[in-house]
Amino acid sequence: MNHGGRHILVYGYGNPGRGDDGLGPALVDALEPFGADGVTCESDYQLAVEDAATLAKYDVVVFVDAAMSGPEPFWFDHVQPSRELSFSSHSAMPGQVVALAREMFGAQVKAYALGIRGYRFGDLGDSLSEPARANLALALAFVQRAVSEQRFDEYTKQFGVDSGRGCACGPQPEA
Amino acid sequence: MSVIKRIVIEPVTRVEGHGKVTILVDEAGKVVQARLHVVEFRGFERFIQGRLFWEVPVLVQRLCGICPVSHHLAAAKAMDRIVGGERLTPTAEKIRRLMHYGQMYQSHALHFFHLASPDLLFGFDADPAIRNVIGVAGKYPELAVQAVMMRKYGQEIIKATAGKKIHGTGAIPGGVNKNLSLAERDALLKGVDQQMTWAKSAVKIAREYTTAHLKELLPFGSFESNHLSLVRADGAMDLYHGNLRAVDAQGKPIFDQIDYQKYVDLIAEDVRDWSYMKFPFIKKLGPETGWYRVGPLARLNTADFIDTPAAEAARKEFRAVTGGKTNNVTMAYHWARMVELLHSMEKIQELLNDKDLQGQDLVVKGERREEGVGVIEAPRGTLFHHYRVDKNDQVVMANLIVSTTHNNEPMNRAVSKVAQDHLSGVEITEGLLNRIEVAIRAYDPCLSCATHALGQMAIDVRVVDGAGKVLCEKGRG
Repeated sequence: MNHGGRHILVYGYGNPGRGDDGLGPALVDALEPFGADGVTCESDYQLAVEDAATLAKYDVVVFVDAAMSGPEPFWFDHVQPSRELSFSSHSAMPGQVVALAREMFGAQVKAYALGIRGYRFGDLGDSLSEPARANLALALAFVQRAVSEQRFDEYTKQFGVDSGRGCACGPQPEA
Repeated sequence: MSVIKRIVIEPVTRVEGHGKVTILVDEAGKVVQARLHVVEFRGFERFIQGRLFWEVPVLVQRLCGICPVSHHLAAAKAMDRIVGGERLTPTAEKIRRLMHYGQMYQSHALHFFHLASPDLLFGFDADPAIRNVIGVAGKYPELAVQAVMMRKYGQEIIKATAGKKIHGTGAIPGGVNKNLSLAERDALLKGVDQQMTWAKSAVKIAREYTTAHLKELLPFGSFESNHLSLVRADGAMDLYHGNLRAVDAQGKPIFDQIDYQKYVDLIAEDVRDWSYMKFPFIKKLGPETGWYRVGPLARLNTADFIDTPAAEAARKEFRAVTGGKTNNVTMAYHWARMVELLHSMEKIQELLNDKDLQGQDLVVKGERREEGVGVIEAPRGTLFHHYRVDKNDQVVMANLIVSTTHNNEPMNRAVSKVAQDHLSGVEITEGLLNRIEVAIRAYDPCLSCATHALGQMAIDVRVVDGAGKVLCEKGRG
């Protein structure tokens, strides 16, 4: 597997105790056993400011989160540094963490987001809904291929939020 | 007096979860009522019922992605009672304390530097596009980096003691499941001197800001109140364990050194039809006057002293501002929070040099009980976990009173005060919106759980009339 010497971080976040909100950590749990060289897996309940320091150590970061809306089974897109407003809460959004990483640590990390479509967020419980599980399986296959081939920018054209593909049938990305 | 307009602000930014604020005004534009609504219902207690009791310290971390360690430890303390293991071994208690001080340190650092400092550094009227953490990073880069490294250090302590970031398993009924290895200790010790310097600097920033702006801050969202927290048997601040003490607005004791196993004799919860969040009060005073504040301000008002030297010196300076009397200034929460941050770092340093952390005696058990209460001073205030367990080890009753719930009435009072002082007509100005947020943020509330998912979070401000018609709408984000 060729990673071109780049260090890649796959960072899943969400609360596994809140239904489909746990899709991000679930993907990381599933990906980690494959142990790809140059790929680090991390997960947490949510992003926070200190993640800016972590990002600075990597060339590429793929944020993985549950998506409440958007294409099924997942979408994959660029994360642009975001300076807008403020942190809405104690947690942060990917663009804000990327902006902080650049602002504070001079990070050059390229950032992408993988949004796996979820459906049930209000429930307390550690199980994913069946449709979310199906989306997770397809997203896992995608991210394995993505970190292996590292054609991230190409994937954003194919699977971006505004790609118009719909992706309802959930195909794997073409090589 | 006819109420004609209702002003709604939702959700409040930079507090956890979703809340909205409604301000009712009369025809003359005078504030009649202001309410902070919490719009999400957790239902967590029912989720816990039927679970095996020893699973609970891990399960409850799902309640909140902000303070999972506090829930983990409060539940573990309750389950210590179930297994008759409340007298922990020295290693177990010190590991738990280290975990707790790590949580306190990172949480207070995050709140002060990244949530509150934009208001303090740029002023309440600054453009929201600048008045945020990225603005701080741009204008005060060293401070922003320092804050990130403080938060990160606290998280490393949690990881070393709880085992992992998500669903840590460090605390178990009757003890802990791991000690701190020498390698883990040495890694943490490497950073401790720098962290101590930063902690002292943080207190200085908070003190200087508060004293320099005292005239403006004294009335800001302020009101007299009772205060409640745990204190140690000798009256010292103790964030991990102690007995309940409540004082009134003048510092007179309402009750003192009460075993928290008996909290139901002291505290009741009022329910109001417009909020999912309950309104706790001291029973003997009743709901009208028995409400109280918890958290850093309350703890500095209830404690007789702090048992670490630098924080004790900082506490004395804090108390001197009000002539040694109880401090009822809402914005003083920030300074109090930094005193606790320093205390936590002193405790961390003390514990890391304690050989008990490498002990092997991790768990104790005694006579089985069917009921247990665990209470801890979480970053935001006193946190109660109460469980009953049947003979099959299943939880049959759970009741949680979280810190933000204790502060429900005070937050409503703060919003009312700010609205009364700063609302002009029915227009929601940026200045009013900012000030309401500043007042609520002083309490560092956690209004909901950690469900966040891509696509949430915005701010929407609406003016509606008594019939619900939207007269004006304003958004952010």
